Amino acid sequence: MNVTRGFTGRPRAHRPGLPPGQYDAGDDWPVLSAEVTPDLAPADWTFRVDGLVAAPRTWDWDEAHALPRSAYEGDIHCVTSWSKFGVRFGGVSLDAFLDAVRPDTSATHAVAYAHTGYTTNLPLSDLTGGRAWIAWEYDGRPLAAEHGGPARLLVPHLYFWKSAKWIAGLRLLDHDEPGFWEQNGYHGRGNPWEEQRYAGD
Amino acid sequence: MTETFTPSTRFAVPGRIAVSNRAAALWQTATLTEIRPETPRAATFRFAVPAWAGHLPGQHLMLRLTADDGYTAQRHYSIASAPDDDGHLELTLDHVSGGEVSGWFHTRAQPGDEVQVRGPLSGFFAWPGDRPALLIGAGSGVVPLMSMVRHHRARGLDVPLRLLVSARGPEELIYAREYGAETLPVFTRSAPEGVPVGRLAAHHLAPLLAEGPTGGWEAYVCGSNAFAEHASRLLVRAGQPVDRIRIERFG
Ligand SMILES: Cc1cc2nc3c(=O)[nH]c(=O)nc-3n(C[C@H](O)[C@H](O)[C@H](O)COP(=O)(O)OP(=O)(O)OC[C@H]3O[C@@H](n4cnc5c(N)ncnc54)[C@H](O)[C@@H]3O)c2cc1C
Repeated sequence: MNVTRGFTGRPRAHRPGLPPGQYDAGDDWPVLSAEVTPDLAPADWTFRVDGLVAAPRTWDWDEAHALPRSAYEGDIHCVTSWSKFGVRFGGVSLDAFLDAVRPDTSATHAVAYAHTGYTTNLPLSDLTGGRAWIAWEYDGRPLAAEHGGPARLLVPHLYFWKSAKWIAGLRLLDHDEPGFWEQNGYHGRGNPWEEQRYAGD
Repeated sequence: MTETFTPSTRFAVPGRIAVSNRAAALWQTATLTEIRPETPRAATFRFAVPAWAGHLPGQHLMLRLTADDGYTAQRHYSIASAPDDDGHLELTLDHVSGGEVSGWFHTRAQPGDEVQVRGPLSGFFAWPGDRPALLIGAGSGVVPLMSMVRHHRARGLDVPLRLLVSARGPEELIYAREYGAETLPVFTRSAPEGVPVGRLAAHHLAPLLAEGPTGGWEAYVCGSNAFAEHASRLLVRAGQPVDRIRIERFG
């Protein structure tokens, strides 16, 4: 351990639910995206699932909203070391979209891509079983554009760069294909509990 | 609707510069060798990092402080110095009120102290000096941009480079003494005699975009999220293509 002389850190009580190396950002919700926030109206938003699926499909705003509603209430963790507790997102479970397209048994991974062109890769197993959402509401209100509105991917058990803002689609693959930050040195999976921040962690 | 999706921009193109995954994964000891005040609220911290693999202007690193009970705090900091092979690098930190890491640097740190760093990180915001660059920063957001300006000077590059830097007033302008003809400071609250006061606006950008170099600028925007939103929207409205705007938000 390399103790830093004179550094005590903020007074703290161990906060259950805080992954290693993270701090509680409280009411703050920092914005970290490398691109210009797009002006994307709900009427122009679409979400497509294709690749290794039996029935590729694109949903528009109204079609996506016609699916059974599902909410997430819990915590989120950003690789830049803030975490946010007890957030509430509303939208639709990704399972509802995946069930409709019928993934091939050969599909193991997905690339999520945004309307801006941003990409991020995920093992399919991180997107199924009620652990991922397409979210368009935050705290009961429409999701703000700078946080990915009108709709973003939400995969709260992984670092938040995996939860692609302005989500446009998922392509299912039989192999892993690094996305934007993963090509820029970030970890392939990004599990906050194992501190998978950068490639090699 | 079943047509294949094509993104409206080419943002998905890979980062321009390959990042060394090994360097990014390895914590190294950085020894503080010098502290230089820049403004009443910002100072530059110089470190010896003998095994540093080198960096490109615009890249950042992750810095970690450890308390004696094992508690750690880690934050990202842009690298202020130009690439250099003498085993040193510099960071410039704002003193954020109540800030855990910047607070330690501004009130406790002394030459000889050791911290841990890993990096360099992210090739996306890096500028190797190859394309005309229009740099727009506010507050400590000027830090990675200054690395580019210093690199441009140190190498005697003639590729066009312009810096627009926004500060509340002259006393808060980081690196004030170092700017040359490439820089236009914009003051939002107070300015020297004869210099207008006001936030970055379309009229600052219009002449630069109108007389831009052949092939256009590569724009780099850095600062708080509020500034990054404002500046990047101004750029888009002024005709800068979205896929040629790179943004580094400090959170
Ligand atoms: C890519 C990148 C590059 C960056 N480069 C630079 C740079 O070059 N220079 C620079 O100065 N900054 C830079 N930053 C910002 C930097 O990472 C830190 O966010 C900044 O230094 C503040 O950290 P801190 O530990 O001092 O403050 P923090 O402790 O994180 O506090 C930030 C604010 O939140 C409040 N706060 C948070 N938690 C608590 C709490 N529990 N109790 C009370 N108050 C709290 C504080 O009062 C303060 O106002 C960069 C950020 C990124 C993402």
